[in-house]
Amino acid sequence: MFEIFGIPSQALFGQLLLGLINGSFYALLSLGLAVIFGMLNIINFTHGAQYMMGAFAAFLLLQYLNVDYFAALIIAPLVIGALGIVIERLFLQWLYRLDHLYGLLLTFGLALIIEGLFHYVYGSAGQPYRLPDLLSHGHNLGFMYLPDYRAWVIAVSVVVCLATWFLIERTKLGAYLRAATENPTLVRAFGINVPRMITLTYGFGVGLAALAGVLAAPIYNVSPQMGSDIIIVVFAVVVIGGMGSIMGAIVTGFGLGIVEGLTKVFWPEASNTVIFVIMAIVLLIRPAGLFGRRA
Amino acid sequence: MQHAAAPVVPVVQASHEKGQIVAFAVMVAVLVVAPAFIYPVFLMKALCFALFACAFNLLIGYGGLLSFGHALFFGWAAYVTAHMAKVGTIQLPYPVGWRMWEWLVIPLPPLTPELAILVGTAVAALLGLVAGWLAIRRQGIYFAMITLALAQMMFFFAVQAPFTGGEDGIQGVPRGRLFGLIDLRNDLIMYVFVAVVFLAGFLLIYRIIHSPFGEVLKAIRENEPRAISLGYKTERYKLLAFVLSATIAGLAGSTKAIVFQLASLTDVHWAMSGEVVLMTLVGGLGTVFGPVVGAVFIVGLENYSARFGEWVPVIQGCIFVFCVLLFRRGFVGLIEQAARIKL
Repeated sequence: MFEIFGIPSQALFGQLLLGLINGSFYALLSLGLAVIFGMLNIINFTHGAQYMMGAFAAFLLLQYLNVDYFAALIIAPLVIGALGIVIERLFLQWLYRLDHLYGLLLTFGLALIIEGLFHYVYGSAGQPYRLPDLLSHGHNLGFMYLPDYRAWVIAVSVVVCLATWFLIERTKLGAYLRAATENPTLVRAFGINVPRMITLTYGFGVGLAALAGVLAAPIYNVSPQMGSDIIIVVFAVVVIGGMGSIMGAIVTGFGLGIVEGLTKVFWPEASNTVIFVIMAIVLLIRPAGLFGRRA
Repeated sequence: MQHAAAPVVPVVQASHEKGQIVAFAVMVAVLVVAPAFIYPVFLMKALCFALFACAFNLLIGYGGLLSFGHALFFGWAAYVTAHMAKVGTIQLPYPVGWRMWEWLVIPLPPLTPELAILVGTAVAALLGLVAGWLAIRRQGIYFAMITLALAQMMFFFAVQAPFTGGEDGIQGVPRGRLFGLIDLRNDLIMYVFVAVVFLAGFLLIYRIIHSPFGEVLKAIRENEPRAISLGYKTERYKLLAFVLSATIAGLAGSTKAIVFQLASLTDVHWAMSGEVVLMTLVGGLGTVFGPVVGAVFIVGLENYSARFGEWVPVIQGCIFVFCVLLFRRGFVGLIEQAARIKL
């Protein structure tokens, strides 16, 4: 056991790890927000509720259908993503020609409805979700103890983030997507079904949120308000990073998670607010965000 | 403000304001008669929220800026007013080292209600200046997210700061004597005071909207690059609009703290920011009377649906969805369209 800046290494690296875990969720969620905003021009306020629904889907699958964690990791995003597609078809598609603000207001209303319903059924107390047996152990790395599940969350998040980046920036489908973001009318003229692409993009972004929810389920308790707690922080992350760049969203998400973890070590009282303070500083120095282009 | 660069401000016509004068007369008449029929405490609640919504509408309806963090000004003004009316003594922390604080203590007696409200409103103005200064650096959707994030930051401060009483809030705030003379413990006298504050705030907003400043604000809402090219320093206009809106929202929050003798975390929570958006949307964005109608509607709805307790957010969410999809003009906007007048 040794110390760094008067802090035991166990505590320092433990909090760093927690920071990275939070960062994984920030990255996955802000990535989804950025992808959705790029195509739909809507800030998806329902994102937090969809993250919560992902966690609940895993919980319910285990509870009633005895579907284990690894299957839920696939099924939950698909189910919640499909629900997202229904939402897009029912509500969001009517808003594309209106001011962006209406999209924010509508998705805020949807978030209130979803959270209210879950609150009614499950109350505000959290439901525990058992760790999968395969990942319930840990390793002693000498300077710290590393629980397997935490390493798994970070690994899955990094892989999914990079895969999304690759899909959008390096494949033909991604090229269509980026082209449709720049000029939908022109891309339509080339015979590509842009409205369907928009619908699927929304489903994909929502699926990412649900995936984050499943990953979060064994770490935090599954509770109806887990989404609104995190979504406002993710908004700040998005303001800091700017939504113009996929890689920017990923890097900012992980980076801010680490900063938050370090703040918990050195100044615990400030850990709730540090991301917002960083947002204020970034607004002063680089108003367009770290990776943003000046609009 | 830039008086030199204001060549194309359209002259406000007096003729089309007839409808507004009639509507204002009706509103005053309702204010006078209402306490005979309706429980004054409900009326005071509705009036505080109506003023809050009017302040919010000044920003979104006339400046085109959607603030999703107006609970910050409403709630913090309520805290400061409640503290000044109940305790008075101010304790300010200043740093003396890493995570070490000393307290600067300014001993003050508990203030009379009008002074407490004044201090609360001034603090809201100051917060508005800082928050606005940061938020106007970005436009549109980012503006909404920044205001929401700043409000959440101040929510956490309110949770941690010692003077706010954490989960309990500041309870048992004395209503006191207005100017040290008039006892406000009587609900009817309190109502008269709240009605006067509401009307003063309402008229101030009306004046702002119909001033040359208000006209420039509308120009910025319609087309900011064009306003810039005409020589307006649009940032200054937006910042002033933000500060004015925050100040009046603070006035509403301060008055609410005295009326209900309570300031709590509910007032600074994001749900409160959402509620004021909903009130304005239901009543009619960018109409003078819309926020008042919307506030009365939502407060009334909450009053009657209180026994459904847990369903309130779901009901609010449904109203949001309905308004955005099918009812974007709101009540007053609909009347405007049907009667072809401006309200």
